[in-house]
Amino acid sequence: MQRLDYLKETPSQTAGPYVHIGLTPNKLGNAGIYPADLGESPIRPGAKGERVTISGEVRDGAGMILRDTLIETWQADAAGIYPANDPRGAADPEVTGWARIIADFDTGEWTLRTIRPGRVPFPDGRLMAPHIALWIVARGINLGLQTRIYFEDEDNDSCPVLQRIEHRERVRTLIARKTAPGAYRFDVRLQGENETVFFDM
Amino acid sequence: MTQNKNSVDGGTLFFRDRDWHPPALTPGYKTSTTRAPFRPLIAMPSTLSEETGPAFGHSMFGELDNNLILNFTGQPAVGERIILHGRILDENGRGVPGVLVEIWQANAGGRYRHKKDGYLAPLDPNFGGCGRTLSRPDGSYEFLTIRPGAYPWPNRVNDWRPMHIHISVFGSGFGQRLITQNYFEGDPLIARCPIVNTIGKEEAIRALVAPLDMNRALPMDCLAYKFDVVLRGRRQSFFENKREGM
Ligand SMILES: [Fe+3]
Repeated sequence: MQRLDYLKETPSQTAGPYVHIGLTPNKLGNAGIYPADLGESPIRPGAKGERVTISGEVRDGAGMILRDTLIETWQADAAGIYPANDPRGAADPEVTGWARIIADFDTGEWTLRTIRPGRVPFPDGRLMAPHIALWIVARGINLGLQTRIYFEDEDNDSCPVLQRIEHRERVRTLIARKTAPGAYRFDVRLQGENETVFFDM
Repeated sequence: MTQNKNSVDGGTLFFRDRDWHPPALTPGYKTSTTRAPFRPLIAMPSTLSEETGPAFGHSMFGELDNNLILNFTGQPAVGERIILHGRILDENGRGVPGVLVEIWQANAGGRYRHKKDGYLAPLDPNFGGCGRTLSRPDGSYEFLTIRPGAYPWPNRVNDWRPMHIHISVFGSGFGQRLITQNYFEGDPLIARCPIVNTIGKEEAIRALVAPLDMNRALPMDCLAYKFDVVLRGRRQSFFENKREGM
């Protein structure tokens, strides 16, 4: 028999407690290496679309707020086009789509200031509800966790990804709650009661 | 950030082999016990949200960004000088060009420049502890740094981390995002490390151990270690599960 010559993905290891040294040195206080941290904002001032602010915290199974977590976000522009590597064409040039945010060292609160993304097609052509992809790492997390932020005031019932979630009461863990015009709350629970849905996709 | 494509092509991402990666719950690494999700992951094929991902351009890099020996103050850091080099590949064996590679590490004494690290070893005034670069067209990357020291950490009563460098890599899709750590050939602490041992398979642990590479060492200057990183592959078939006419 011939051999399949695929390589194996490199095994993941935790980002550990000192992830900020590498990924957000300026926010840590280690200025002078890079002029600015990467991923400060997923948009530039001229970006088209509705401004939204999403805040939240990440809690562990004991209910403790993580103060050492780092989250990256990836989203489409207001028209539903991804800003890079999207085979469908060019996105709004003022949208970079990617942000790197950290929990506040004292309170654990994080905030993302962005635009509301448009709908993006699922592989079968149906449209997914507007969402922002999240990747969460921290000490104690062995492989970065994939999840999504959806918005309370969108038609989420038709989203083919959300429809795949068998335990329907868990869907709400992916939906940011509207707290004021343009403001949303999205808390993540890593474990236990109200545990956030995490994806393998 | 640039708008250009850095991928070889698009396509559905290969499913992750979850038995190859460490599981979320690994009691030997105590912090995982409260941070591991208990419910099964919702598994499905990747969508555009995972198949696309941020792109980075050369313009954002400074000349010394991948030189950790000099990039903090311009004066050389103390320690065993090494080149860390390798390729960013995907599971199809192809080099992945134009992707952001970031590293961070302790200094030669095993101390991190972080407000939460209070280890006895002193800070090196000339060592910041991070570097970044963009993979070249063949997927290769290179850093000049010092070999980090081992350090103790609060887990069981006398746990030590082997010498290691933390590595963060982007692919062309956000679903390929990966953080890992490289270890160094011959370090006796590797086998004793609870974080290394979150990985269940001996063969998978070996994939994180960088061999000494005398062909890349510079005589009278530095040693070299080689560390390849493999990201999730992409399906290359024309017969995708797309709706007819799409
Ligand atoms: Fe470390």
